[in-house]
Formats: sequence, structure tokens, C-alpha cells
Amino acid sequence: MSYLEYAVKSAPSGLRKIFYLNWPVALLLASVSGAGFLMLYSVAGGSFSPWAEPQMKRFALGFTLMICVAMVPIWFWRSLSGLAYLGTLALLVAVELFGTVGMGAQRWIDLGFMRLQPSELMKITLVMFLAAYYDWLPAKRTSHPFWVLLPVLIILVPTFLVLRQPDLGTSILLLAAGGGLMFLAGVHWAYFAAVLAGAIGLITTVFQSRGTPWQLIKDYQFRRIDTFLDPSTDPLGAGYHITQSKIALGSGGWTGRGFMQGTQSRLNFLPEKHTDFIFTTLAEEFGFLGGVWLLGLYALIIMFCIWSALMNKDRFSSLLTLGIALNFFLFFAVNMSMVMGLAPVVGVPLPLVSYGGSAMLVLLLAFGLMQSAHVHRPR
Amino acid sequence: MKKTRAETDFSHRRISRRAALLGGAQLLFIGGLAARMRFLQVDQADQFRLLAEENRINVRLIPPSRGEVFDRNGVRLAENAPSYRIVIVREDAGDTDAILERLSKIVALDPETLERTKQELKRSPSFLPVTIAEDVSWDDISRVSVNAPALPGVTPEVGLSRIYPQGSDFAHVLGYVGPVSDYDLDRIEDPEPVLRIPRFQIGKVGVETKLEPLLRGKAGAKRVEVNAAGRVMRELDRVEGTPGSDLQLTIDANLQGYVQARLSEESASAVVIDCDTGDVVACSSAPTYDPNLFVRGISVKDYNTLTGNKYRPLASKTVQGLYPPGSTFKMMTAMAALEAGLIGPDDTVYCPGHLTVSGRRFHCWKRAGHGWVDLQTSLKRSCDVYYYDLAVKIGIEKISAMAKRFGLGIKHDVPMSAVAQGLAPTMDWKASTYGQNWRVGDTVNVSIGQGFMLASPMQLAIMSARLATGRAVEPRLIKSVDGVETPERGGENMGLNENNLRKMRRAMTAVVNDRRGTAYGSRIIDDAMRMAGKTGTSQVRNITAAERRAGVIRNEDLPWERRDHALFVNFAPIESPKYAVAVVVEHGGGGSKAAAPIARDITLQALAGGPPSLEAYPSKDRENIEAQQEKLRAMQPQAAFSGRDQA
Repeated sequence: MSYLEYAVKSAPSGLRKIFYLNWPVALLLASVSGAGFLMLYSVAGGSFSPWAEPQMKRFALGFTLMICVAMVPIWFWRSLSGLAYLGTLALLVAVELFGTVGMGAQRWIDLGFMRLQPSELMKITLVMFLAAYYDWLPAKRTSHPFWVLLPVLIILVPTFLVLRQPDLGTSILLLAAGGGLMFLAGVHWAYFAAVLAGAIGLITTVFQSRGTPWQLIKDYQFRRIDTFLDPSTDPLGAGYHITQSKIALGSGGWTGRGFMQGTQSRLNFLPEKHTDFIFTTLAEEFGFLGGVWLLGLYALIIMFCIWSALMNKDRFSSLLTLGIALNFFLFFAVNMSMVMGLAPVVGVPLPLVSYGGSAMLVLLLAFGLMQSAHVHRPR
Repeated sequence: MKKTRAETDFSHRRISRRAALLGGAQLLFIGGLAARMRFLQVDQADQFRLLAEENRINVRLIPPSRGEVFDRNGVRLAENAPSYRIVIVREDAGDTDAILERLSKIVALDPETLERTKQELKRSPSFLPVTIAEDVSWDDISRVSVNAPALPGVTPEVGLSRIYPQGSDFAHVLGYVGPVSDYDLDRIEDPEPVLRIPRFQIGKVGVETKLEPLLRGKAGAKRVEVNAAGRVMRELDRVEGTPGSDLQLTIDANLQGYVQARLSEESASAVVIDCDTGDVVACSSAPTYDPNLFVRGISVKDYNTLTGNKYRPLASKTVQGLYPPGSTFKMMTAMAALEAGLIGPDDTVYCPGHLTVSGRRFHCWKRAGHGWVDLQTSLKRSCDVYYYDLAVKIGIEKISAMAKRFGLGIKHDVPMSAVAQGLAPTMDWKASTYGQNWRVGDTVNVSIGQGFMLASPMQLAIMSARLATGRAVEPRLIKSVDGVETPERGGENMGLNENNLRKMRRAMTAVVNDRRGTAYGSRIIDDAMRMAGKTGTSQVRNITAAERRAGVIRNEDLPWERRDHALFVNFAPIESPKYAVAVVVEHGGGGSKAAAPIARDITLQALAGGPPSLEAYPSKDRENIEAQQEKLRAMQPQAAFSGRDQA
């Protein structure tokens, strides 16, 4: 369908591509995942089962997939992006119709060997599709109202479907990632200012709707917001997560209580200690230094991605790389804000560290795309 | 669509610009997260560390074992016996309904118990033991143990519970323990946390409550690590508590058992005090009750039986019961007069059967009168008019002061419940209590132990001991604490004229040993054990002029509640007094008939250290006494008495 206008012959070919991978990013991803194994081993009370071992297997699978994806030229992936987007959209509709209900929400399709969570996949395919869209769109039309409305629809349709599951966290991430990509592509400031104003209006409306028949979000979501604003009102109920999480974090101190010595997680005071709240265990056991170290790894991943995008003259490649980096950033930023009591509790895992199959696979797949863009960049 | 070089460059520049902007914003946010982390983990670390410790560490109390109580010879009076209960842990049991079903086939469980257990199992966390049955017999426990493989999650547990092996003999002295009630918690200022342990037993009555701080000991504590559900993960450290102190009472369990049996079903009380040391060797109130009934919580039916009894078994009459001392008080009036020098050696008073004081006629108990009486005769034959005469001469203040010197109207330091102060009235007392002036007639009444005068059997025994020794004997109930002897309380010399005391003792000797003495029937003829004493018969009603004209009604014809109290105080042996005794039989009639024989039997039992030889009794009584001894021996509880078997 499409091709690069650059001298593609300068790109490496064959197995030599391995040497041209963005190895710093790959190694950083492995380090972060390694930290994840360590924490999963710790929260299981010093045991590889039930979490650390499956997580390691998935990482091995995901890392291999990432390299495989990286070997395939980026223009091939670009040509697939429309299809990928529509396919994921179809899966979201399928979840709506046949999905399995888990934890009060319809989120995944059971494929037998794994549970597919289309909303996870959508984070990537949405970015891919938007990158392809802006690659196709002549630069001077970027801020034209019609050509702005189109990507807005592209974002809103899956966001709406995810919100219906209901999964507020993911839908906010989709919205933010999509919006971020439009910003990166160069859509005019005024649009964002308008959306911001609209959002403030919307939030006001949502709060106005509380207790009325046309209430826009669920009661439990309201309660989460309430307890986020003042966790002490309900220390054993809904505020329990935030309170215990802060206690775990705070009791870590400078250097932490030592590996496997965290009382908060070991004695089950921490909720969801192997998934959404795994960072608190790390911060409790390795303290401020451990937490900052992990945060530093994340920051380095983001910086290497941005560096890679800046070096890449291909518009699709650099937008895709930036979009993936933004997604990754949103992931850990929201999760950490949540456990530190800066954001309400929304179900967002810590990327590569939290226990969870599809999130990790999808992320490594995304980094495969980013690696492909890096390997096949015009030189 | 092929893009131009210019367009590509333009968009690349724009993307780069925005990427730098967004990347900067991201790094800024990451910096913010790091700052927040620093705030929580470094600046507020101490506070959160503390909260985490509070989460994790629980302090559990280890209840101390209560001190045991022994009699003066080491006989166990109160001990901690293991009590068994059956508990079930849901998470170990699995199907609790089936297990309970199986258990009820092995041990008898009523449907209510099963239902209650099921409810409790539903409510409590799965790892907490739920009590199915308490106070289970050893047989049932064995059956459960043997069948343990078929009863997963069901375990027998052992706790300690108070047992009083001597049963009812020590109910009034020792009292009993019971589980801490809300009332107790309200009453005690700043209650110790150990009191909040379910089923923790504290003293409710008697020595058990008066010496609670000694007996209870100090609770130990263990710090345990718990998880979020409250399950104990491990013990971190433990501080052992100190068990309560063991007490030894001055009471002799053998004598106490005899006295209790001798008083048997009368509403009566008796106190025996060792004159040398002040030791209370017997202190019995009848009828009594089984304190073991109260330890577990008494049934409403049993309790109503006890409170409904007109003989008031729950009252500790030895210290709580106040009676007009009657003629036993005459020694006080006489001593007051002697010390004041108002009685010469040969002074006599004529008793015509009555004396008129300020226009009111006071009668002697003997209507015909005693004729000319001196001090010894007046006491021996218990002439009232002699004392009326003394009363008018010396006045109430001197009598009252003398009574107080002998321990009447004074609250003695005895660790029993409801120790009464009694009353040795003065003019000031009457003025402040009734707002009335003291009248000579009041003094006349007090002079023979009637009117306002009130004393407890314990006080009368003290009075008797002080008369016998001339020392300010104080009662001692606790012989030793944890093997450390408490100071003896034989007391200092009271500074009374020894001649006067000797006169009193001689008169009291005559009461018992002179053929015309009121207690001659209760004399002891063994020379080494002879006793001196005084009878008392105190009226509980006024005899009206009409009644007197119609002739005195015989006591036996009156309803029980209106009969006279019978009293007797004595000490023995006369030459070197060892024991002082006071006996009060409520509404028993005359002191010489109802109280003196009891006092004699008790005195002999105490002096002989067991059943006395019949030789000590007058020959005509020996047959009756032998039969009585036989009967009492059968009544006395045997040593291996189990409180639980006597319901």
C-alpha cells in the first residue's frame, strides 16, 4: 500500500538487524521486568510460584516476540495499521457481546490458552493507526477542522466501548494517548485549549449528576474519588487501599526494610499486592533508593525512545515511537500516582512489573514496533 | 503519496519540537513522583513506620495464675483446678455441621448449644476457635481425644478455674471469685487490661476480693505478629507475668469445719480468737452456702433459694451481723466503774426487781429481784439493777470509752466483706444522729447492752480476748503471704488496772463454774481447760407495760423473728487464756441455754485440737455429748471434697 520515500537500501538486512536494535531500551525493559520477578518472588513469600515463574515465561515469550516484530520492516507494520485498528475494534465489540465478566466488568475474551484483553491491544493499535493517519495526512492540513474531527472519532469510538465494559482507567489512558499523539502530530494549540475547557465543564457536570437518575458514572467510582480526596474518612473501607499503600511506602524509609522483610505486604495488609500495588512492596522493601531506581529506569526508557524518535526522519516511525513511549509513561505515571495517593484508585498495573499476561505481551509487542522503527530508520 | 523533502523536514521539525515539549513534561512529572516518594519515604518515614508496626504487632495478655489459699496448717482452701472446654476451629474442621453432628453423638450436647455454636462459627473468622461446651467432664474430654481423627478441628482446651475444696465451710471468710462483670469494670478505677480477658476471674466477696491485688498477680504479655485478618503469624517476644501470692489464713480448717457443723442449721455465728496472737482460728456463720456455685455463675433458682431463706445464708454474720450485746456488755459497765474507782470491794446494791430512773421504771430480768448483790454476784447471776445503778453513777461517756478500749464500736482491720463498725453510743453521737439530747434512761439501757449498743460477734470475741489478757488484741486473719509470716497482733498492754481485770475474770469464772452462775450448765470440769464467760440475752423488741402486767410471755411462744438473741462470750483456760470465743444465736432464746453449750463445745474442740475427751464434760451430759459428737463427725465434710459434686 505504501512505501518509504527514503533510501531504504541503507537499512540493515537479514540477521545483522539484531546488532542495530536499540539495545539500551531492550536491556532497560529486561531490567524492569527483572525487578518485577524479584518483587513477585517476594510477595509470594519467597517462592517462584504462583507468580514469578509464569511471569518469567511470559517475559521470555514476549521478549522473543519483540525481537521478531523488530525484524520485520516498519513499512510492513505501517501498512497493517488500519487493519489492526479495525480488528481490535471488532474485538472490543465482541467483548461487549460475548465477553467474560470478571471483577464486575467485561474485559476479556477467553481464547483457551490465554485471555485476550482487547482494550490493552487497543492502546497500541490506536497509536499505530493515528501515526499512520498523520503520516498520510499532508502536514499543512493537520489543523483543518475536518481532519481534526476524523482522528477524534478514531479515538472516541474505542474509548466509548472500553468505558462501557466498564473500565474507566483504560479509557482515560486511551483518551490521553490519542490526544497526546494528536498533539505530537502538530494539531493547533487552540483545539487542546478548547478540549481542556470542555473537560472541566464535563467533570463539573459529572459531579452535578451524582444522585440523579441520569448519573454518568457508577457509585463505586464516585466513592473512589471521595476516598481519594480524603482517605481518612473510611480507613477500613474504600480508603483502605490508599491508606495501607501509603503506610507501606512510608515505612520503607531511605533504604527499605530489606528483601522479603516488608511487613505490610507479607502480612496481607496491602491489597492487590502482586498486581496494581506491587510498587508499594518494592518501595517498602528497598526504600526510597529502590523506588527512585525503578523510576529512573522508566525515565531512561522514555528518554531513549524520545531520542530514537528524534533521530528518526520518518514521520510514521517517530510518531509511533513517541506514542508508544507516551503510553508507557501514562501506564506507570498513573499507577505510581495512585499508590502514592496522588490519584484515585483506578485499575492500572505497573508496566512490566505487575503480574499479568496480556498487558506484558502487548507492551513488549509495542516495543517490538518501536525497535522495528529504530532498526529500519532512514539513514 | 510521495512527500516532498520540504514537507518532510517541516513535519519532522514540528514533531521534534512537540516531542521535546511533551518529553520535558513527562520528565517533570517523573521528577514530581520522585519528590512525592521522598516526602513519603524520607520525610514522613518515622510516622509511617510506626503505623506499619501498629498494623503488624498485637499485644496479647497472659493471664496470671491466681494465688492459692491455705489454712494455718496448710490445708488447701482455694485452688486453681483445670477446667476443660471443647472448641472448634472452622478452617480445620471443613464441614462444621457434619463435625458437630458427629460430636453430639459422642458427648451430650443440647440443640441450643449446637445452634449457638453454628451461629458463632458463621460470625467469627475461620481461624478463631469457637467454644462448643465449657466445664466439660474429664470423661467427655477423653472421648473427644480418642475420637480426634474423626473430628478434625475439634480440640479440648484446658483453662484454670477456682475451686474451693472445703466447700461451704469458708464461704463467708474466703468468699468466691467470678468472671469480671461490667459492674466490676465500672467500679474499679483504671482497670487493668487483664480484666478484659473473657472469663477472667476476680474476687467478688470476702478475702478473695479484699486481697484481690495480692491474689491476682501481674499479667504477662506476649507480642505477636498478626496479618491483616488478625491471624497470629508468630510470637515476637514474651514477658512472663508474676503469679498471685499464696495466702495462709489463720483459720484452722478442722476447727472451722467443726464449728460450722456445730452451728448447723441455726441462724448463728461463732468466732474463736487466739489470745496470744490475735489469730482468728475459726470464724463461722450459719447457715452457709457453697461458693463453688458462684464461680461459674449461679443459677437463678439456686440464688433465689439463698436470698429467700429467712436465716440469710449469704450474710457474713460474724463481722456483718450487729446485735445488742445484752448482758455480755456488763463487763464493760463494770470495768468503767472499777477504773473510775466507783466500786469499793464490799459495795452492794439492793435489787428489788426494778429501778426507777427519772420517773421511768427499769426492770430486772428476774421480777422477784436478786436482793443484796455485789459485783461478782451481779455478774454471776446477771442482775440488771446493779448495772442500772452503776450507769446512773458513771454516765454514758465513760461506758462508751471503755467499750471502745475493748474493741466495741470500732471497725477492725479484717479482710472480709461488709465488716461492720457497730456502735458504742455517746451523747454527741445521739445529738448528731437523732438531734436529741442524751437521757439517763439511754445510759441505763446501754449498761446492760441494750438500747443503742450494737456489736458484732467478731467484736465480742475481741472484747473477750482483751478481758482475758489485758492486751489490745487485734484480729489477724492472714497468717502469711507467700510464706512470709505477717506480724502477730497480740497487742500491747492496755494499761488497765490488773486488779480490776482480775475481778472481772473472777466474776466471769463464777458465771460458768459457780453453782448459781447462769452458765453453770455449760461448765468444763477438766481443770486444764476450765473456762470463764458471760451469757447474754438481748431483746429485739420492747416489752410493753400491758405485756408485763399479763405476765412475761415465754420466748418459745413467740414467732422466730421476735425471740431474743442468745449470746455467749468466754475464754479458756482460765489461768493462762488461750482462746477467746463469742457465739451469737439469732433469736435463739436465752444465752445460757442456746449459746453457752455451743461455746463450750467449740472451746473444748479448740483446746483439744480435735474431739475432746468426754471427761471434760459434767458426767450427766456425757451421754448426750457423745451422741452429738457422733452426729457432727458425720456432718463434717471430708478432706477430698469436690465442690462441683455438691450442687
